[in-house]
Amino acid sequence: MLKAIIFITLKESVLDPQGVAVKNSLHTMGYQTVADVRIGKRLEVVLDTMDLQKAEEDIRIMCEKLLSNPVMENFTFEIEEVDESAICSSNLSGI
Amino acid sequence: MRFAVPIFPGSNCDWDCINGVEDVLGEEVQPVWHQTSNLDGFDAVILPGGFSYGDYLRAGALARYSPVMESVVNAANEGKLVIGICNGFQILQEAGLLPGALMQNDHLQFRCDFTTLRVENNQTSFTNQYKLGETIEIPIAHGQGNFTCDPSTLKELQANNQILFRYAGTNPNGSLDQIAGIMNRNGNVLGMMPHPERAIVDWMGSADGTRLFTSMLQAWKENQGAA
Repeated sequence: MLKAIIFITLKESVLDPQGVAVKNSLHTMGYQTVADVRIGKRLEVVLDTMDLQKAEEDIRIMCEKLLSNPVMENFTFEIEEVDESAICSSNLSGI
Repeated sequence: MRFAVPIFPGSNCDWDCINGVEDVLGEEVQPVWHQTSNLDGFDAVILPGGFSYGDYLRAGALARYSPVMESVVNAANEGKLVIGICNGFQILQEAGLLPGALMQNDHLQFRCDFTTLRVENNQTSFTNQYKLGETIEIPIAHGQGNFTCDPSTLKELQANNQILFRYAGTNPNGSLDQIAGIMNRNGNVLGMMPHPERAIVDWMGSADGTRLFTSMLQAWKENQGAA
């Protein structure tokens, strides 16, 4: 199996109000060296395949079409080999 | 005139929209579960507000791939009137029917309040019963209504008169250019953060939302007459 680890971040041109709020809290805690905070997302997608090239193509399209919004976000990902123990989410019924 | 109101898991303004059509227009309106994939026979679609799929991933992102959305896109491409309110606006952007994105409010708070909007274009299927430059009172209720887009898209929206509503008072969410509602280039798809369906009788605090519904009916009738 393959596991894609995907990072989704706000584009630099986009204000991150969450990051600003967290920065202010860190300042309140006394960490005056904190100059900037940006908040993003990390997704893990496990694929039942060993075809690395196809997996890269698929993950790229998934990122472009659903996992990120190109208007305000960028994405990067890396793919690693894993065994079945990587599947940890329970099977919730679909909605 | 027949309206469809698609309901996603987590929609919560669906019946307000349905009642809005019935009470204001007395026209036919049907709730449509999001698994439905056929909207033939409807003349207009209202995507209601709420928190489809719990706003998981991004507001509107998962609803965009519900089966009903393919037929919403088809309806839009056929020139039928489509309006997305609040979460419905977010879904229309995710589906690529409207440009830009709606980010978290710049002050980070969920804002539930009346807002004053200015009607910026009254030559449309959604605003023909308003006066140009008129200010109207319509409520908002959202945490992610901070409209953004790239500078060239903003210029296009301005140049083509696609901005139908701007916040006339305090900007409640940080929206670029005070934008509250935009339509597509063809003029048949509208997205707006404020809730016209929550302002249809005076006891609601305002009845200014009624004319958005009557505008749609008027546009549809004119279109029927021309056909």
